[in-house]
Amino acid sequence: MNRTSLEKRSRRQMNNNGMLLLITIALFIVMYVAGCLVYSDKGFDHFQTFINILINNSGLICVACGMTAVMLTGGIDISVGALIAMDCMFLAVGIETRGVPAPYLMAEVLLIGVVFGFVQGFCVGYLDIQPFIVTMAGMFFARGMTAMISTQQVTIKSSEFFVGLANLKIWMPFEIGAYMNNKGKLMVPYLRLPVIIALVVLIAVFLLLRYTKFGRSLYAVGGNQQSAALMGLDVKKTRLKAYMLSSFLCSIGGICYCLNTMAGTTTQATGLEMDAISSAVIGGTLLTGGVGNVFGSFFGVLINGTISSLVKTNGKLMSSWANVVSAMLLCFFIVLQAVFAKLKERSKR
Amino acid sequence: MKTIKKITHLRLFLPIFSMLLVMAVNIIFDIVNGNAVFNFFTISVRNGILYGRIIDILNRGSEAAILAIGMTLVVSSSAGTDISVGSVMSLSGGVCCMLLAGFGNANVSEYAHPLWMGLLAGLVVACACGVFNGFLVSYLNIQPMVATLILFSAGRAIGLLLCNSTIVYIREPSFQFLGGYCGFMPTPILVAGCCVIIASLILKFTALGMYVQSVGINKNAARIAGYQSRRIIFTTFVICGLCAGIAGLVATSRIYSADTNNIGLTLELDAILAVALGGNSLGGGKFRLSGSIIGAYTIQAITTTLYALGISSAQAPVFKAVIVILIVTIQAPAFKAMLAKRAAARSLAAHKEVIGT
Repeated sequence: MNRTSLEKRSRRQMNNNGMLLLITIALFIVMYVAGCLVYSDKGFDHFQTFINILINNSGLICVACGMTAVMLTGGIDISVGALIAMDCMFLAVGIETRGVPAPYLMAEVLLIGVVFGFVQGFCVGYLDIQPFIVTMAGMFFARGMTAMISTQQVTIKSSEFFVGLANLKIWMPFEIGAYMNNKGKLMVPYLRLPVIIALVVLIAVFLLLRYTKFGRSLYAVGGNQQSAALMGLDVKKTRLKAYMLSSFLCSIGGICYCLNTMAGTTTQATGLEMDAISSAVIGGTLLTGGVGNVFGSFFGVLINGTISSLVKTNGKLMSSWANVVSAMLLCFFIVLQAVFAKLKERSKR
Repeated sequence: MKTIKKITHLRLFLPIFSMLLVMAVNIIFDIVNGNAVFNFFTISVRNGILYGRIIDILNRGSEAAILAIGMTLVVSSSAGTDISVGSVMSLSGGVCCMLLAGFGNANVSEYAHPLWMGLLAGLVVACACGVFNGFLVSYLNIQPMVATLILFSAGRAIGLLLCNSTIVYIREPSFQFLGGYCGFMPTPILVAGCCVIIASLILKFTALGMYVQSVGINKNAARIAGYQSRRIIFTTFVICGLCAGIAGLVATSRIYSADTNNIGLTLELDAILAVALGGNSLGGGKFRLSGSIIGAYTIQAITTTLYALGISSAQAPVFKAVIVILIVTIQAPAFKAMLAKRAAARSLAAHKEVIGT
C-alpha cells in the first residue's frame, strides 16, 4: 500500500466524522434562523431567547460533556438523570430541614458524584459488567435514595447564599443584543451563573479530551480496547476514570439544575439521561466509541433546546411534539452514522 | 459438599433460590407480626374471586412475565436489550383506546369501532415497532440499546399525541375483561400463562430456540454455518414487540383507560432484570425461558414484599438496585475468575500441607 492512498483514506475518514459535526451545526443554524423568521412577532429573534435556551439547558450541557467522555470509551451512563434528582434533593433537604450551609453542601454533592462514579466505574472497568446494566442499577439506586431522603417537594428559600446565586444576573457587556421593548425601555440581555459554569465545564472538558494523556487514552480505549492495552494503556483504569468524570460533571450539572429549579422532587430530571445521550449522538459521537467531540454534544443540546423552545413559542402545539421531533432527529443521525460506518467498511475492502 | 456444588451449579438455581428467599422473608415477617405462619400462601375465594398474596403477585406480575418472554429472546440473540418495550406498551394501549373511543373523545361508554379492531390495531402497531427496532439492529448494525432508544423516547410521545394529551377512559365492561376477571381467575394470569405456553411450545417444537442461541453465541459463525443471522435477530425483535403489545393491552384494560404517561413506566427495567435474575447471561447466547419467567414473578414478589414491609413505591428501587448489582457481580466473568483463582490457591495450599506432613 503506498503512502498517498493512506493519506487519502485518512482524509476521507476525517471528512466523515467532521461531516457529522458540520451537518449538526448547519441544522442548528437552519432551525434557529427559521424559528427567528417564523416567530419574530413572538420575540424568538431576541438574543435573550438564545440565552434562555442556554440557561434552561445549562445542567444538560454539563451532563452531555460527561456522557460524551463515557461514550468515547464505548460505554453509556444512564444514571445521570436520577443522580441529578438525588443531588437536588440532597441540596434542598440539607438547606431547608437541616440548615447546613450551602457551600458545604455543594462540595459534598461533588464528592457524592465522585464516589458514585467510582463504584459504577469499578463495576464496569474491573468487574467487566455491561455499562448499561451497571448504570441502570445506579439509576434505580439514585432515584430510590431521592425518595429515601424525602418524598415531598422541597423548595429552597432559606439560604441567602443559594438564593443569591440563583438570582444572580450577569448583564451582557456593551449592551450586546439589547433591544427596545414595546414600552420603549431598553432591555439588556443577561446571563445566569449556571450558563457560566456550563461554558467553563465545556471548555475544560474540550481541553481535557484534546490535550491531556487521559483524554487521548479515552479515544484509544474506545477505538479498540485490545490495541489500547497492547500500547500499554491501563484500559480498566481509563474506563473507571471515565465514569468518575461523568458522575462528577453530572453533579456539577445537578447544582446548575438546582439553581434553575430551586427545588428537590423525586420525579425531577426524569428522562434527562436520554436527552444527554441523544444530544451526544446528534453531535456526532459514535456509540461504538472512539469518535466524538464535546462541541458536537453542545450543539446537540442546543438543537434539542431549540426544538422545545420553538414548540413552546408556538403555544398551540402539544408538548409531546418536541419529543417526537427530537426522536426523529435522533433516528436520522443514528441511521446516518450507520451508513457512514458501512461506507467506511466498504472502503477498507 | 459435592451435592451443594451440584445444586448451586444448576442453571435455575439463582431464580429459584431468590424466590425461596423472598418467601422466607415473607414468612418471617408474618411471624413477627403475629399473623398465621403461612399467611403468604393462603388463597381464599371471596365474592367468587380468588384472593391471596400469591394470586396478587401472579396477577400484577403478568405484564413483566409477558415482556420477559420477548426480552429473553432479544437478549439471547443480540446480546443487547430492547429498552423500548415500556413505551411500546403505552403506545399500543393508546392506539387501541384511540380507535375504540374515536379520536379526541376522552370518556366514552360505547365503542366507536368493534373491540377486536382496537385490540388488533394495538398489536399491529406494537409489531410495527418491533419491525422498526429489528430493522435498525439487524440490517443497519446499530447497537440494540441505541436503536431502541428512539422508540423509547418517541413511543410514549406518539401515544400522547394520538390520545390528544388526555387520559382516554373506556367505560365498557367488555373492555375490562382482559385486565379483569375470567370467572374466579384474574384474566392477566391466564393471558400470561397462554403466552408462556405458546412460546415454550414454539421453542420446543421448532428450531427457533437453537437458532437464537447459536446467533447469540457467535453471529458470524452462525452466518457461516448457514443461518441467516440477520433474519433471526430481526424475528426476535418483532416477537419482543408483539409481547410488548400484549402486555400493553393487558395494562390498559386493567385500568380501562389509556394513561399513556404511566403505562409500562420503568417496566422495561423489570423485564431486563427478570432476564438477568433468571440466570441468563446478558451477553447473549444460551437462555432458559423458564428462568426468566420465574425471575419476573420473583421481582413482583420482591416489590409486593417491600410494599408489605411498609416501603413506599418510590423507595423500592434502592433495593432493586442492590439486587441487580449483586446478581450481575456474581455472574461477572472477572468475579468468577477471581473466585476460581482463590479456590485454586487454597487447594494448592492444602496439597502442600499434605505433602509436608
